[in-house]
Amino acid sequence: MWQTLHEELKDKGFMVVAVAEESRGAEHARPWIEQAKSTYWQLIDTEHRLSDLYNLVNVPQAVWIDEQGLIVRPPETAGSTDHFRRMDLKTRTMSPEDQAARLAARQAYLDAVRAWVNNGSHSLPADEARARLPKVTPEIAEARARFRLGVWLRDHGSATEGDRQMNIASSLHPESWSMWRQAADLDEVGKASGPEFWKRVQALGDRPYYPPPKL
Amino acid sequence: MATTILTPTDEHKVSAHDGLWMSAKDAETVTGWTLKPEGMCRDDLCVPLPASAVKGGEVDVEAFWRKLGGPVIASQEGDVWALGATADERNAALAGLQAPDFTLPDIDGTPRTLSELRGKKVFLATWASW
Repeated sequence: MWQTLHEELKDKGFMVVAVAEESRGAEHARPWIEQAKSTYWQLIDTEHRLSDLYNLVNVPQAVWIDEQGLIVRPPETAGSTDHFRRMDLKTRTMSPEDQAARLAARQAYLDAVRAWVNNGSHSLPADEARARLPKVTPEIAEARARFRLGVWLRDHGSATEGDRQMNIASSLHPESWSMWRQAADLDEVGKASGPEFWKRVQALGDRPYYPPPKL
Repeated sequence: MATTILTPTDEHKVSAHDGLWMSAKDAETVTGWTLKPEGMCRDDLCVPLPASAVKGGEVDVEAFWRKLGGPVIASQEGDVWALGATADERNAALAGLQAPDFTLPDIDGTPRTLSELRGKKVFLATWASW
């Protein structure tokens, strides 16, 4: 997904690190990774450790980190948009207008990354970066622990109990699509984008699924 | 009984009884905090423990973790426990803006650590198959 960007900018002190939030593990992610033919890091995160550390709620989200290891843009949607919510579910296609708008939004985001690497723009001052950080609540902290336990139990033959822990995690942290969809996927491949998913998306109403980045 | 304890980054197998009562040494391995007369200590910081959470060189790690404000979740059988990071710890780390470091394997199992990329601009992005 990021190979063109990486190739274009890698000689300018730039690196892409793509992390798969993938509790089914490396072998499950392998076909996508091999198809990407990437030269950047492709890491496997079965426990969603990155989501725990950076307080992430969905994929794709990205964090921009500068040469000193400082966060200059906190987690935000990385190039995806909500146009998919209007697609024709029978044909799984979007209108030409929506397809064009989606592509333009993605292009604008990639251009922002390019500008950051080339001249430092879009890098937020510390107080602004801090203000944009999503806050971890005690409920989210508990959800992370339950999710971790749930993944472990599922991986060690206790599917029912693991599923139960992951469901509690999801109810403690309903904003996390990653927790809900990962649990659904562990239950059955495909379930994460099945009818229950669409019902949850519809229940968002006017709220975004992918909040647009404030570039 | 061997008890499995999951922390945000590690997995430990220790000998524990009556919940998470374990030797001070195991408690240190699992939590990174050391039992001292003042309480459980890490670097210059000590957290006093209630008298009911220390006995005969053993520590009730569940009581200690709750005192810290961290989530403690047990499996039904009580043989697997998860100790989560506190919300305060996560918020403080992020508010410092230093990107939290981590080590994760690549597709061939080679461990990669974020801080190895210091000196570069890093675009850290998530994805998933689901």
